[in-house]
Amino acid sequence: MTAMPSGSPAMFGTAGRAAHEIAVLGWVLSFIALAVLLVVSLILLAALFRRRAARAAQPDSVVIRPNRSVRLIVWGGIVIPAIILVGALLFTLFVQSAVATPPATPVATIRIVGHRWWWQVIYTSNSPDQQVVTANEIHVPVGQPVRLELVSADVVHSFWVPKLAGKTDVVPGQQNTMWMEADKPGTYWGQCAEYCGLQHAHMDLLVVAESPADFRRWLDQQRQPPQPPTDPVTAAGERIFSRSACAACHTVGGTPAMGQLGPDLTHLASRRTIAAGTLPNTPGNLAGWIANAQGIKPGNDMPTMMLPPGDLQALVAWLETLK
Amino acid sequence: MAITTTPTAPVERLARTWETAPGLYGILATVDHKKIGKRYIVTALVFFLAGGIEAAFMRTQLIHSNLHLLDAEEYNQIFTMHGVTMLFLFASPILSGFSNYLWPLMIGARDMAFPRVNALSYWTFLLAGIFIYTSFLIGQAPDGGWFAYVPMTERTYSPGLNIDFYALGLIFITISTTVGAVNFVVTFFKMRAPGMSLNRVPIIMWGTLSASVAIIFALPALSAACVMLYFDRRFGMHFFDPAEGGHPLLWQHLFWMFGHPWVYIIVLPAIGLASDMIPTFARRPLAGYTFVALSTITTAILGFGVWVHHMFATGLPMLATTFFSAASMMIAIPSGVSIFAWIATIWHGRPVFRTPFLFLIGFIVLFVIGGVSGVMTAAVPFDWQLTDNYFVVAHLHYVLIGINVFPVFAALYYWLPKMTGRMLSERYGRWVFWLMFIGANLAFFPMHISGMLGMPRRIYTYQSGLGWDTINLITSIGAYVFALGVLLFLLDFFRSLVVGPEAGDNPWDAPTLEWSVSSPPPPYNFAVIPTVRSRHPLWEDRLGEAHHTLLGTGPVLDRGRETFGTSALDSDAYEILQMPEDSIWPVMLAAMMTVTFYGLLFGVWWLAILGLVLVILSLAGWCWPTPLREEELDLLPEEG
Repeated sequence: MTAMPSGSPAMFGTAGRAAHEIAVLGWVLSFIALAVLLVVSLILLAALFRRRAARAAQPDSVVIRPNRSVRLIVWGGIVIPAIILVGALLFTLFVQSAVATPPATPVATIRIVGHRWWWQVIYTSNSPDQQVVTANEIHVPVGQPVRLELVSADVVHSFWVPKLAGKTDVVPGQQNTMWMEADKPGTYWGQCAEYCGLQHAHMDLLVVAESPADFRRWLDQQRQPPQPPTDPVTAAGERIFSRSACAACHTVGGTPAMGQLGPDLTHLASRRTIAAGTLPNTPGNLAGWIANAQGIKPGNDMPTMMLPPGDLQALVAWLETLK
Repeated sequence: MAITTTPTAPVERLARTWETAPGLYGILATVDHKKIGKRYIVTALVFFLAGGIEAAFMRTQLIHSNLHLLDAEEYNQIFTMHGVTMLFLFASPILSGFSNYLWPLMIGARDMAFPRVNALSYWTFLLAGIFIYTSFLIGQAPDGGWFAYVPMTERTYSPGLNIDFYALGLIFITISTTVGAVNFVVTFFKMRAPGMSLNRVPIIMWGTLSASVAIIFALPALSAACVMLYFDRRFGMHFFDPAEGGHPLLWQHLFWMFGHPWVYIIVLPAIGLASDMIPTFARRPLAGYTFVALSTITTAILGFGVWVHHMFATGLPMLATTFFSAASMMIAIPSGVSIFAWIATIWHGRPVFRTPFLFLIGFIVLFVIGGVSGVMTAAVPFDWQLTDNYFVVAHLHYVLIGINVFPVFAALYYWLPKMTGRMLSERYGRWVFWLMFIGANLAFFPMHISGMLGMPRRIYTYQSGLGWDTINLITSIGAYVFALGVLLFLLDFFRSLVVGPEAGDNPWDAPTLEWSVSSPPPPYNFAVIPTVRSRHPLWEDRLGEAHHTLLGTGPVLDRGRETFGTSALDSDAYEILQMPEDSIWPVMLAAMMTVTFYGLLFGVWWLAILGLVLVILSLAGWCWPTPLREEELDLLPEEG
């Protein structure tokens, strides 16, 4: 299992085409901003401390007569800012145009449905058996753009993977589209960026960028139904899953469980995190999540499941086979 | 010095006429703009402290990853109330307070145009603030963020009373803001002393006038949105429901059509205050007065054309976003003009480094930082990275603390002596300034970085290993340093009331009319209505002005509560206005509105209707004609 991405999901040190272009714009604007701050501060300091001795010698009661000079105001306040701002605006328009469309035809269309508080990920296809449904983790081929269709199941969310692209809101009642292309293999952190309620802070996702061949392999594997359980423990686990409330909310291909309220768990064990990036996907964390979802992510839709320890172990053992 | 002669004005009679009645009745019924102004300031500062406590909770929860000092719901209520408190219950009212107190004294008038409306605007502000805060008593404070995006704030996802407090509370406070704005606009055009033509008014007047006109046009968008939200929630309407023909973005457009002008509304009067203080400490008149006045008006107007920059990531067409991007960059220009006007004033002047001036220098620096970070967010594709993360939090705090809080603190040090008659301490003032300046920068500059490192807004906690821990630690420490500065100010303020040196009429040797009266001013402001001849009545001698303002000779207007009504441009007096006596109706009306709002909040319809009936009765009481007083009977033409 690849480790969670280390370090920050910064918008610099980017790994995607769109993010690159935007980062260049960002550096330019940051430089301009700091330069303006420096220059204005220096002028202010000069204004405050110039001719200090001469000015200090005058008594406080003196009132200086105005000299009507507006040079500083016109140049500093109008002319130079206008030039800088028009330049910044033109560069901005150039970058906005450059990132408006993907560099090539997208190789996949991924439908992302924002839920409170997890991301449903659907690799669309014309034939239903080619469709892949997963959650909170998106795989993309390096060097090839994908198209994302963003819709909401409930409230306004925002899809944001800083290292790859700017954010796009997920708004109920409309479909927003964006494109994304990674140019380096790696695992990139994403998160919801529009306050969406109680657990907005725990609505993260991962984008895994891999070689086109690895991506195809992953997609094929995701299209397979899981292997039926081969030993008594995992068989028991599958029975527990299908019999109890799990099946009311979750879907696992090849089983009777077809619930639509929660993430599709068909290939749960292939994912790096659970609970929308809240925890690394380990057997211990999985067991902890099932037994105490409300303690880990209070207010989310997964109820705390009261299961006897033996049942919990079997369930987790079976879930671990869903690769 | 302007020409004065020893006045033989009947000051005792004037004092008797203008004094507020004693006792509880006087407290409730006063229409004196000075009392109302002081109340506004004190109440706004109390809300500032409340918002600050909320901030302290937030910063403590975020000082490290994965803390559980506050749970998600508590944090969400606190960050929402922090925003609502600071933006609605502090930032605008404190400026209304200063404007209310200062305007008549600066324009040579005895009161604002509508003194009872003035009282109403205060009482509704106080009661609306209390109304919103009672939500904490039942643990259901608003929790949708200060901009409360739908559908999350609709009934389905917010079933409790939280958002009803929000929607109704904002409608309530809108009443205060709007009637206050109308009062300022009319006062500006009708109440200036003879001779105070438009080009002679202090910049605070331009600032508050621009903000007031903006209020009249912007606040209806908020009221409309809140009414729609309330109707959706209470009566099952579907303004924002896409399944029934509504749309969530309708809320965003309406809110930001209000919200963007609002941020200019809460800084333009402060810019005015700063523009009037800087000349005193630069020992020369403001450079580029016309530039600054025009910049203020231009900013208010342009402020209506940029609201979509809050919505760049919502999926709008490129053409629309580029227009608003261009407008959002260009609006920086009037700000730049004002900044260079202040710098030019200082450059060609002689700085006097007293406490208010330190805050004004800090204001200029923080203004520039906030302004340039704003230009960065105006670039649409870069905004797609920056919006909704801590970079924007940094930007908005730099502009709010820089362009509202710092001028306010400068104004407190500068004008509290006029209000109380006592100076605050220069020594403690320096400590307050440095603690607040260093604290603000330590708290908010790192947020630019944590935003660029991917930290989104409005999260009650964050995971470790994302590189955000150290920055959040520094931010929280900065917040505590800032809070320490505010506390030190409060201590100094109370101390000064007891042992502060006496201020005298004009402790700062400032040029404008309010410094020609005692500290604190008499209830009638001016024994003799001045006739104004320049922008700087008290500096005319030293500036070598040919014409001098008349301060000690002129009309007394002592037959009842009287002041002049003057023409709009040149301020020629053409009528004598009879001003109202103390009246209980403003507080009654505000109280009856409160009853109505609680009825609407809890869905107790008979109470709401009763409240409305009482509101109408209060209005009737307010408008009821009063019999003429003896002095006024004397003025009637003889019969027969």
